[in-house]
Amino acid sequence: MSNTHYTEDHEYIAVDGNTGTVGISDYAQNQLGDVVFVDVPEVGAKFSKGDEVAVVESVKAASEIYAPVSGTVIAVNEKLADEPGLVNSSPAGDGWFFKIEIDDAGDLEGLMSEDAYKAHTA
Amino acid sequence: MAGASNENLQTTPLNDTHIAWGGRMVGFAGFSMPVQYKGVIAEHEQTRSSASLFDVSHMGQVIVTGPDHETTAQALESLMPGDLVGLNPGEMRYTLLLNDQGGIEDDLIVTRPIEEGTDGVLMIVFNAGRKDHDVAILREKLDPSIKVETFWDKALMALQGPKAASVLARYCDLPTKLSFMNAAATKIEGMDVYVSRSGYTGEDGFELSVEAKDAVKLAQLLVGNDEVEPAGLGARDSLRLEAGLCLYGHDMDDHRDPISAGLIFAIGKGRRVEGGFPGASTIQKIIKDGATQKRAGVRFEGRMPVREGAEIVDADGNKIGVVTSGTFGPTIGAPVAFAYVPADLAKLGTELTAIVRGKPVKGVVEKLPFTPANYVRL
Repeated sequence: MSNTHYTEDHEYIAVDGNTGTVGISDYAQNQLGDVVFVDVPEVGAKFSKGDEVAVVESVKAASEIYAPVSGTVIAVNEKLADEPGLVNSSPAGDGWFFKIEIDDAGDLEGLMSEDAYKAHTA
Repeated sequence: MAGASNENLQTTPLNDTHIAWGGRMVGFAGFSMPVQYKGVIAEHEQTRSSASLFDVSHMGQVIVTGPDHETTAQALESLMPGDLVGLNPGEMRYTLLLNDQGGIEDDLIVTRPIEEGTDGVLMIVFNAGRKDHDVAILREKLDPSIKVETFWDKALMALQGPKAASVLARYCDLPTKLSFMNAAATKIEGMDVYVSRSGYTGEDGFELSVEAKDAVKLAQLLVGNDEVEPAGLGARDSLRLEAGLCLYGHDMDDHRDPISAGLIFAIGKGRRVEGGFPGASTIQKIIKDGATQKRAGVRFEGRMPVREGAEIVDADGNKIGVVTSGTFGPTIGAPVAFAYVPADLAKLGTELTAIVRGKPVKGVVEKLPFTPANYVRL
């Protein structure tokens, strides 16, 4: 069951109950090129929708990642510390950044569906 | 993450070829250039392990002609601190265009051709973003009897990597004849090619200058070899950084002097004493007294790139220096950077702290180049 939403800034949030898994889209990883470092937030940190929550560094540049919803970080992807290339090879899978407990499911309205995002990046 | 606008950008003779090869085109120094094809790290590693072809046609090729070698070389020596009179036929030299304050207007390579009938000719390659500015200086400052001709439409490509010589040897005999920083004219499949054993990656390699009409044919011929892949500006940047090589406008500019930048080798040994170039007295004083700030090569802990603009701070958090180039070095496997710091902190082994997004990152001053230079001297 795909329940993935996308922001205009190319983050995705895959929602399961009141938990969301956040990463960047395949389109975004392709635009960034080789990812060499991801600065993930700390578990327990609280963010409001739109806050800068992480930074992804490719060989070329640093790009900010914004919280797609308000909530609390409940897990971060420890694998990225040694294997940042997972963001390129598996952005929607092993290359996720962090999991967030969603404060208000209403934040998801206004994000793009998979189809809408595909049209947005076409 | 919007793509670069291609409006008003100039193109090189290889533009369509880059696009056909899957190049991701970006604006650089007014040109539409490929930043990468398959990926920066893959192209970086390809260059270190086999060979890559880079389009550097955006750089400015100039020919300066006077009545004889000594006259032309002396004329250029009035603007540049390199020993140009002492160039033997076929030799090339890295040097700088200086201003009266001893600042660097550009870095460049001067070649004295070896071919018959070229006495009094010196060939120069300037940086793309500075070439018009540089030629204006030459035309303003040199005696009108010294002719300055631009060849902005000519192509220039760099074949770089440990297998560059064996690849090029399939088309001409120059790989067995040219030593590092030497050049000669040759024919490759009927095309007139000016070949130099040089480049800016730290690897063995060649730069090949050809007429625009032959550029696509030559590029396709070289990339047609199994050992060669095209590479873009992204890999060129990480390669030159690991190789300890400065990028104009970042690691040096018109208010940085050659000594602080670690480029004393661009000043001829005799000329350090004799002077006779712009800013000579200032530069001689810095040589004598020592530079207050120096460019240091810094390797940082972890994996987070420490990029241009990051501050270097002391134990109390006061800014004491700045990073002028920095990236993740694919061959080193760690973040590497150049930083200007107080001279006593530029010594090898000094621990430095940079601030990235408000957080301290520890690094150590290392010997440059970070990766061993693999230049071939016959």
